[in-house]
Amino acid sequence: MSDPMSQAPNFEVFSRKRASRSVTERVIELVLLLAALSSVGTTIAIMVLLISESVGFFKEVPILEFLTSKSWSPLFDNPEYGILPLVSGTLTTTLVALSVAIPMGTIAAIYLSEFAPQKVREVIKPVLELLAGIPTVVYGYFALLFVTPLLQQLYAPLGTLVNGFTEKLPAGGLSDWLYNDVPLDLGGFNMLSAGLVMGIMITPLISSISEDAMRSVPTELREGSYATGATRFQTAWKVVFPAAMSGISSSYILGISRAVGETMIVAVAAGLQPIFTFNPLNSAATITAFIVQVSLGDIPHGSLEYQTIFAAGLVLVLVTLVLNIIGYFLSKRFREEY
Amino acid sequence: MVEEVSQLNVTAVKPKAEVIDLDFYYGSTHVLKRVNLVVPDRQITALIGPSGCGKTTLLRCFNRLHDLYPDNHYNGEIVFDSAVNILSPKVDPIEVRMRIGMVFQRPNPFPKSIYENVAYGLRVQGERKTSVIDDKVERALKSAALWDEVKDRLKSPAYALSGGQQQRLCIARALATEPELILFDEPTSALDPIATSNIEELMAELKQQVTILIVTHSMQQAARLADYTAFMYLGEMVEFNRTLALFNSPLNKQTEDYVKGRFG
Repeated sequence: MSDPMSQAPNFEVFSRKRASRSVTERVIELVLLLAALSSVGTTIAIMVLLISESVGFFKEVPILEFLTSKSWSPLFDNPEYGILPLVSGTLTTTLVALSVAIPMGTIAAIYLSEFAPQKVREVIKPVLELLAGIPTVVYGYFALLFVTPLLQQLYAPLGTLVNGFTEKLPAGGLSDWLYNDVPLDLGGFNMLSAGLVMGIMITPLISSISEDAMRSVPTELREGSYATGATRFQTAWKVVFPAAMSGISSSYILGISRAVGETMIVAVAAGLQPIFTFNPLNSAATITAFIVQVSLGDIPHGSLEYQTIFAAGLVLVLVTLVLNIIGYFLSKRFREEY
Repeated sequence: MVEEVSQLNVTAVKPKAEVIDLDFYYGSTHVLKRVNLVVPDRQITALIGPSGCGKTTLLRCFNRLHDLYPDNHYNGEIVFDSAVNILSPKVDPIEVRMRIGMVFQRPNPFPKSIYENVAYGLRVQGERKTSVIDDKVERALKSAALWDEVKDRLKSPAYALSGGQQQRLCIARALATEPELILFDEPTSALDPIATSNIEELMAELKQQVTILIVTHSMQQAARLADYTAFMYLGEMVEFNRTLALFNSPLNKQTEDYVKGRFG
């Protein structure tokens, strides 16, 4: 055998395919990078568009008026540009929706993950997820044509009762407040109905993500709890729920974003009147409903009226961002790691 | 096999619990076959045997943990304190678990503070007085030889502790409700040798106050720790005796092969 060192090493054997392989690898890497960048790029493009169009708007309308005026009538002869009515509409419908979706979604998740027998879960889970697949415009008409009449019927006795009571009160203070905020009849458009239906729409989103989070809590934790003599509910509530808190809170954050951004239900069922109110019995317009109203109308591009939707859109993005940040910090505060 | 068991004068020991002709099925799989065992009061009893022999299944019968899952069923009895068959359908498994504690294979503290972990059993059992809970938490942590290490940080999360400390915390959690019997399911298999010897020392001390039944995969551990040892194989109780007798002069051929390391 000859000394291997005496021969020139034959690297060629090992490097024949090297060039072509490195090209393939780079192409793949580039494609992956582009895919990742496309979403970042879209986000940036949207922000640039919103801000640049809003700049034109804020040249005409002082930003202070925009943020503090309680009247929004950009399409009228005597236009006023106060965003507060749209913000109040958005926040009120969101709050109503969340007050339905968070408890219902959480309870459904606890039931499905900790209590439901296999067979029951196999039925309920797909049905719940089907609920998430219904187009929102259908929910809108469900709110307007089914839930609102139902609410009107349920509300009538209460309205009559409160009104009878109001009439006996001396004028001023409480009486005025009741007279204005607790009407005799519930209007055909109101934020309560839109918000409730929006809550029903968001429930499966929250229950599905929360259930996954709770089911991924290790069995040892559950058994540890049972072994101390805990009941099924104590185990679910005191051990599994806190252990899954990070996943559950992210479902809440997603639910909030969904509610803030929801358009069709509120556009159809809440009425399109921008009124500054936090009373869910009133009709109101949300930011999204206003945007869709203007986009569908025949307002010329580039006009001030047209630019209002970009300013409104910017506020919507900021509201969502702020709620997300609050949710993030709340979940960090309450999170219990395992 | 009953003959071998009778080599130990069972009537001479005071039983905390007695397994009588226990059969257990996972669905249609017959996992425990007419198992008999005496768990002597305030002694350490070890269950040994190769993987899949049913020793953990037997252990989990004692606190009815099998009841959590569908398709499991028992035949036979586990008589507690010579009085109650805890496998009887009339017995509430939650009451059983309040009196029979358990420590698991891997430390499984809850995502709560050190204090709340130990207080958990007390709270779920309905204790509300803070002074009582404070007192019992302190006593449990002292019994689990953890008090000195954690007394200044009772409010910090349990996950900040090391693996060995977490396991002692789980022992404290089991001790807090003052059970009469504690089940240990391979409690040191996830721990390093130093943490293991700490836990073993702790168990040797604990037998003053509670009866201990431990499943272990380590024959050395059984030999070091246990007063009595039971060898199980393929779901049957092959031999049960004082630990020294079982290891030094096994009566059964299978036991001998296993303790001499010829299989398993």
